[in-house]
Amino acid sequence: MTKVKWLGRGGQGGFTASRLLGKAASLFEGKYAMAFPSFGPERRGAPVLAFTRIDDKKITDRSEFNSADYLVIMDETLLDESAMESLSVEGKVILNSATPQRYTSLAEDGRIIALDATSLALEIINRPITNTAMFGALVAASKIVTVDSALSSIEAEMKPALAAKNMDIVQKAYDLVKEMIDG
Amino acid sequence: MIDTRKNESVFVSGDEAVALGVRLSRPQVISAYPITPQTIVVERLSEMVEDGSLDAKYIHVESEHSAMSAAMGASSVGARAFTATSSQGLLYMAEGLHYASGGRMPIVMMNANRSLALPWSIFGDHRDSMSMLDSGWIQVYVEDAQEALDMTIQAYRIAEDPSVLTPFMINLDGFILTHTYELVEVPRQKEVDSYLPPFSTPNKMSLETPKSMGFSTSPADNMEFKYQQHKAMMDSMEVIKKADKEFSEMFGRSYHGLVDCYQCDDAEYILVTAGSVTGTARVAVDTMRIKGIKAGVLKLRFMRPFPEQEIRNILSGAVSYGVLDKDISFGYEGTMFTNVNSALSGSKNFPRGMNFVGGLGGRDISVQDIEEMFIALQKCPDNAYGDYIKSRVSFVNMGVNINE
Repeated sequence: MTKVKWLGRGGQGGFTASRLLGKAASLFEGKYAMAFPSFGPERRGAPVLAFTRIDDKKITDRSEFNSADYLVIMDETLLDESAMESLSVEGKVILNSATPQRYTSLAEDGRIIALDATSLALEIINRPITNTAMFGALVAASKIVTVDSALSSIEAEMKPALAAKNMDIVQKAYDLVKEMIDG
Repeated sequence: MIDTRKNESVFVSGDEAVALGVRLSRPQVISAYPITPQTIVVERLSEMVEDGSLDAKYIHVESEHSAMSAAMGASSVGARAFTATSSQGLLYMAEGLHYASGGRMPIVMMNANRSLALPWSIFGDHRDSMSMLDSGWIQVYVEDAQEALDMTIQAYRIAEDPSVLTPFMINLDGFILTHTYELVEVPRQKEVDSYLPPFSTPNKMSLETPKSMGFSTSPADNMEFKYQQHKAMMDSMEVIKKADKEFSEMFGRSYHGLVDCYQCDDAEYILVTAGSVTGTARVAVDTMRIKGIKAGVLKLRFMRPFPEQEIRNILSGAVSYGVLDKDISFGYEGTMFTNVNSALSGSKNFPRGMNFVGGLGGRDISVQDIEEMFIALQKCPDNAYGDYIKSRVSFVNMGVNINE
């Protein structure tokens, strides 16, 4: 089972991203997925959590989890030692940051994979909504689903005009992170 | 991986799955008042009515009390009616619940299980529906979004059966089920139409066959009405089993009638659960089995009618059993525990039992919490009478120590 935890602020679309990943895995790759938010009232700007579980067999465990394989952080001010504690031993952080060198004390080399998702989102949709960029970055870093499935999930979720722009963001984020990892 | 799932698959929340199940069931009247965490059900249904994909009259009423009243009006003239609520909303329509069951109106209602005030909380537990156990409604607790959709269709089939004619409450754990997205297979409309024919009732009120639906009785005949309600509920057990069997033949999914079992055959320690926590308990059973502990889960699907025989057969072979209640009847124990014990009281072998009260007000119940329940069951105290409640009822995952 692969477990992804999404950490962001209300309004950044973290829960949407958790569902997009679930859709990509279940509807387009024949796997099973479960996506849920940290429950409760939604407040713009407050820290919010979302969870995605993916497996080859039906998932029945509905409890929240702390040992994530990937922790996607959409707002870098939320990255600290306590956030790192919700990762598994081998787990990785996918971080939205233009200056990831600031966080080297938190983790050994290669454990934090960073992308300047805010700039990418501003460039394409003119708004600092980074969820689809971070989705693309996660897909490149984790290979949980193929980029084609990720793009299909967006096509299935959003209205055509918005989908086109977000598919562009996913592809660009994917390419940037893939290049970073492959060197 | 090759996808062998034949029908349309969607990735939806429990609330959305209910809405899809309602649309497939072709209700003629929907009356509802929104309340978290049920809101998405009625939002989706109003959208479906608006876009024409559901041919129903949608009545946006001013309260839950009116939601139930409008559903009763619809049902009394022979319309298939749906409503949905949660928590305080369920309590607000409590008067109507008894009217609907006494009037033998097979209304189907989704209830998003949510805590009761005070303290005010939007999070889930079973205290709302458990407090309505005596209202004469059939009560099912579903485990996942697929079961939520499937039971919505089955609910009409069971409730409208001429031998039952009893309203039906489908319970989904608030947030844990209502707001969790997962893969759901959507049955084809044509097959649902053949499984669920249009509603017809002998009690239909019309200009051609005028009837009084809100009648009064004297002591000379009131009890006979109540006896008939009880009998209909008892008779619904066989209807529930038949509906499950035929659903399984047509759609390929069975929920095994009144209860479902996981690894109970040779189990020494069995935990009784209801609703979505059953899924988490299945994982705990797997980890206990790896450690060589013979654990099992009995999923109590129906609280009314109560599956006494099934419980007795399954639990009487165990060394000990636990009941995980997301409810507490203050001053005694969890309501499920009371009911399970009552079922066992007629059995020759009455194993030792413990009551775990957990998940109140939405507190998370983890796999580890459930593993600890199985460990406690291995040391279950003998049936003590002196300090019964203190020794048998414990609160799971309390944030404070209890100094007693």
